[in-house]
Amino acid sequence: MSKSVTDVICPFCGTLCDDLEVIVSDDGKKIEDIYNACAIGAEKFMHAQAPERVKRPRMQQPDGSYKEVSYDEAVEYTARMLFNAKKPLMYGWSSTSCEAQSVGHEIAEKVGAIVDNTATVCHGTTLIAVQDVGIPSCTLGEIKNRADRIIFWGCNPCHAHPRHQSRYSVFPRGFFTNKGHMNRKVIVVDPRVTDTAKLADYHYQVEQGRDYELLSAFRVALRNEPLPETVAGIPREKIIEGAEVMKSGRFGIIFFGMGVTQSLSKNHNIDNAIMLTKDLNEFTKFSIMAMRGHYNVTGSGQVLGWQFGYPFSVDLSRGFARYNPGETSSNDLLRRGEVDAVFVLGSDPGAHFPISSVKKIAELPSVCVDPHITPTSEISKLHVPVAFVGVEVGGNCYRMDNVPIEARKVVDPPEGVLTDVEFLTRVNARLDQLMGGK
Amino acid sequence: METVTITMKNQPKLYLEADNISPDKFAGKKASEIAALHAYEGREQTTLGKYFEIAGEGGATAADTRIVVKGDVSRVKYIGMKMSAGEVLVEQSPDMYTGAWMQGGKLIVKGSVDSFAGIGMKGGEFLVEGNAGDYLGAAYRGDWRGMQGGLIRVKGNAGSDIGYFMNGGTIIVHGNSDVHVGTHMEGGRIIVKGNAPSKVGGQMVGGEIFVYGTIDVMMPGFKYVQDEEVEVDGEKALFALYHGDTGERHPKRKGQIVYGKLYLKI
Ligand code: SF4
Repeated sequence: MSKSVTDVICPFCGTLCDDLEVIVSDDGKKIEDIYNACAIGAEKFMHAQAPERVKRPRMQQPDGSYKEVSYDEAVEYTARMLFNAKKPLMYGWSSTSCEAQSVGHEIAEKVGAIVDNTATVCHGTTLIAVQDVGIPSCTLGEIKNRADRIIFWGCNPCHAHPRHQSRYSVFPRGFFTNKGHMNRKVIVVDPRVTDTAKLADYHYQVEQGRDYELLSAFRVALRNEPLPETVAGIPREKIIEGAEVMKSGRFGIIFFGMGVTQSLSKNHNIDNAIMLTKDLNEFTKFSIMAMRGHYNVTGSGQVLGWQFGYPFSVDLSRGFARYNPGETSSNDLLRRGEVDAVFVLGSDPGAHFPISSVKKIAELPSVCVDPHITPTSEISKLHVPVAFVGVEVGGNCYRMDNVPIEARKVVDPPEGVLTDVEFLTRVNARLDQLMGGK
Repeated sequence: METVTITMKNQPKLYLEADNISPDKFAGKKASEIAALHAYEGREQTTLGKYFEIAGEGGATAADTRIVVKGDVSRVKYIGMKMSAGEVLVEQSPDMYTGAWMQGGKLIVKGSVDSFAGIGMKGGEFLVEGNAGDYLGAAYRGDWRGMQGGLIRVKGNAGSDIGYFMNGGTIIVHGNSDVHVGTHMEGGRIIVKGNAPSKVGGQMVGGEIFVYGTIDVMMPGFKYVQDEEVEVDGEKALFALYHGDTGERHPKRKGQIVYGKLYLKI
């Protein structure tokens, strides 16, 4: 007889759906089926079952092949690498639990590392803007129940956050939105005709790299100041019409993604979008929210913020926290040769970073802690497989609207495989010994 | 005026944080004492003497102290940080944060400077003969008070985000700048003698920006007012004056709305 585990959270994207149902075999070892998840979420659970999964740490040999080593040896290598480095980079943290992040930060503080998470190539610019001008935000529940003006700016949830629109933003029937999408007007701003743009009431096909101008233009329109004939390829009348649509709602929300955070103007785009949101509050209620990617990148920002005061790119090398993306951000550090060891947990920079940074990781002493074989594990000196958070071990995670949700364990990890927390705790203890003997 | 000459002899493997290279720190010290001043390479606290050959001694006060930095300092950060008086001459190109939070005195760089040069500057004169990186004379992350006083002159080109959150003082770039000139600017003057591609004066509340060359794409919130003759950097010239950013809040003074001013050379 199989049994069903309900209210499982999906550890894939920032939507952090919490209504999954997983059917597991009687012995609690095998996942048989998954209900309610989208295709990418279901795939994550199925990956944990892959027969070719690595179950023991592997050390890269001079000829490029891998040799299986024990967890003890892996702990020793990792601790020594961090102990010997003058300025190690500890990157990732977005696909693990807050508990693991916290142990990682303890290690980082000890060895004077730089802690950076995937926001550095994603919503880090958002965090810079938030620090500069603040942010009026809300929870996804409020949006479901109240929002009738939905703006997707530079994001494509149809593909990146597949259940976002059905659970929260476009289709659900909420307390004050009892006609579902009939109650809502959807505006999409994107240079491409994405699947999200196709279901919008208004699509603003902004010129690439001109989001900052268009955001400004909406603000100018709200103040009834004169506008040029076209801004960012959009005719003036359309901009004024859009401003009217936003103003006329009862509750509006701007969701934005990497189309604006990582295109020309970066943090300034978000800065201006936040200011547009503030301006709109002169007329109606408006909020703004980042479409965070990894399921717990928000949690990494939370834990870092709580412990050190900054949400990413935190430089602890001099014993106190410093933060200046552009200097203390992973790609700048790697590209410029500012770090002498790399520890990666819960992310895949080998796949996401520019090749100049990836080459540096390959040259330096490096450890990759990841359940999967990834481009990063393939270039790291040591690959440490661990249990899947949210599948084989629980832990705390933060949804994109900064709501903490406890991930659940559904099956046991393979025999003998450590969790992130267990591995980090052992490295931390070994560092204590090494430093005590200094 | 006493001169201290420091010459790079051992390149740091990583980058050197040398915020003690300033007349304020060298004043009243002998060469051996200067060599013992702290510097940081990663988490390791070391001394300036490990990396630099030091000759001469500091004057009685910062104002009496002149520092000449010789050799390849492309991996040295924070030269001239918080200096309040005296003079620093860097013969080659230093790394980031050159002249950061500078308060007075004179800082001359014969080469180019990397990003974050002159951030949060309050006073003094900062001359760069080569190019400058991004965030020249900008605010430090999260600070809403950028450059407040003093003069930065760059003979070459500058990167993006110059004068971010600028409040006072003057930045002159003889060449071109990259995007985002004077974003969130509240006061002071930025002069770009070459071209500035786009996003010039976005979210600007007050202050003045002069562009001699072309702007490819103007921000939508700037409205033409009139042509005006203005004296800039010692020369009079005719400019078209625009008021902006009209998408931004603007304070009133004597019943009049105060705008940021963008001058385009005619
Ligand atoms: S939308 Fe995101 S959190 Fe929800 S099931 Fe899909 S991948 Fe998982």
